[in-house]
Amino acid sequence: MSITPEREVIPTMQLEQVVKSIKRGERIDGRGLLDYRPISVILSPIKKAEGSALVKLGKTQVIAGVKLELGAPFKDRPNEGVLQVHSEFVPLASPSFEPGPPDENAIEVSRVIDRSLREPRAIKLEELVVEPGRVAWVVYNDIYLIDHDGNITDASMIASMLALATTKMPRLIRTESGQYTLDSTTRETPLPVNLLVATVTIGVVENTLFVDPNLEEEQVADALIVLAVDERGNICGAQKKGEKSVSRKILDSALDIAVEKGLYLVNTMRSILNNPQSYIKPLIEM
Amino acid sequence: MTISSKPVLISEDKKRVDGRKPDEMRPVRIAVGVLKNANGSALVEYGDTKVLAAVYGPREALPKYMTSPTRATLRVRYHMTSFSTSERKSPAPSRREIELSKVIREALEAIVFSSLFPRTGIDVFIEVLQADGGTRTAGLTAASLALADAGIPLKDLAIGVAVGKVNGVLVLDINELEDEYGEADMPVGIAPNLGEIVLFQLNGVLTREEVKIGLDMAFKAAESIYKTAKEALYNKYIKLVEEVKSQ
Repeated sequence: MSITPEREVIPTMQLEQVVKSIKRGERIDGRGLLDYRPISVILSPIKKAEGSALVKLGKTQVIAGVKLELGAPFKDRPNEGVLQVHSEFVPLASPSFEPGPPDENAIEVSRVIDRSLREPRAIKLEELVVEPGRVAWVVYNDIYLIDHDGNITDASMIASMLALATTKMPRLIRTESGQYTLDSTTRETPLPVNLLVATVTIGVVENTLFVDPNLEEEQVADALIVLAVDERGNICGAQKKGEKSVSRKILDSALDIAVEKGLYLVNTMRSILNNPQSYIKPLIEM
Repeated sequence: MTISSKPVLISEDKKRVDGRKPDEMRPVRIAVGVLKNANGSALVEYGDTKVLAAVYGPREALPKYMTSPTRATLRVRYHMTSFSTSERKSPAPSRREIELSKVIREALEAIVFSSLFPRTGIDVFIEVLQADGGTRTAGLTAASLALADAGIPLKDLAIGVAVGKVNGVLVLDINELEDEYGEADMPVGIAPNLGEIVLFQLNGVLTREEVKIGLDMAFKAAESIYKTAKEALYNKYIKLVEEVKSQ
């Protein structure tokens, strides 16, 4: 059951300031309407995971970790590996999060990311089958939000994409009896990735559109439009969120903005992946 | 092990698996006031997709602490009956159903004058009786009609319709087969009189231009479903008037 959420109690004065500044075209944190917050990345901070990435989008922080296991392929996809995306909004990330199973917001984020990776075939799942119909790789992409300052979706997508693109698969060993085991001490082959995907979250306040909303901006937004864009500039996922409607004109402009900003994010990720060594660093720099 | 091969979704003469043209809806059938207990109800069929919606409220909302002093709280549940699909669906709510309950609630929030009923709850229950593609969109249409039937003031009805892409062709109101084997499914919820979009999702890959053309198709189709929906509401009340007159 989905229930109208309680609004966070925020002083009206503060909210009015946020709205006013968006309408003026200069945002409370000094950004322009189409500017993303600074993105900082640490690749492979979690050695136990086959791939991982910590992404800071402004003050929002997300860790994505990829674990690989062997399992059975889906019955209707006997010739493909399995991709599973889960998202957890753990209570350390925000005073408004409670412990417990993922709520509708966490489920929505993981499903939007799942679809946006699956539909453009970002991961070559067809290369992840070991024995058709019987044994396949299962790719768990688990997303942990650790600090919430708005735009969880885009940060989660960047973290997921970077974690997946840097994942190294454990060595697969076939025993004499025909069973399979994994040797996690030897990780060599990269996870086969077809293309990069980004999501672009666009906030709407009346007739003004802006990208990468922070927490306060999300709280005043009439609606959020999430559009996934692949590196060819196609739209590969969409989700309108929020309690107000949007006009056709707004949605059309959002599509144009999404393609431009999506390619910007894809290029940002590409340049990180072209030079991964400079992004592999300790979580705490002394 | 059977490995199903992809069926031909568009024939050479541009006909779809069920014989429709690309921009053709399945037959739409709508009835309102179909349940005795609910304050409002509607049964909506898009071809073989059959969805029932019921509204209870505005009523006392429990638990009390969840009520709002400024507005009615909307509670929405989208649920599929266990026999609605080819393989039995577990009746426990799936992640998909949790997500769809949320997007449908948000779509309804955009049309309900909830501030007229502070401290109350409005409950919307959607049961998919048979699924053949487009259950969330038929469910949205049914939910908004059930709200209207319950006499809850609305800015507009919300009409749902999905546009898909199969074998490279954009098609209206995709059925299950087209959803399963097609390239894209784009469900859209439209408030036709306001000209606004209340629900928008995309599962698949489309170019920016295709999204825009798909939206045009959805808006056009919503107009015609809107007409059928209003007729169904009108018919119920005409019947009531006649019953009263005959007494």
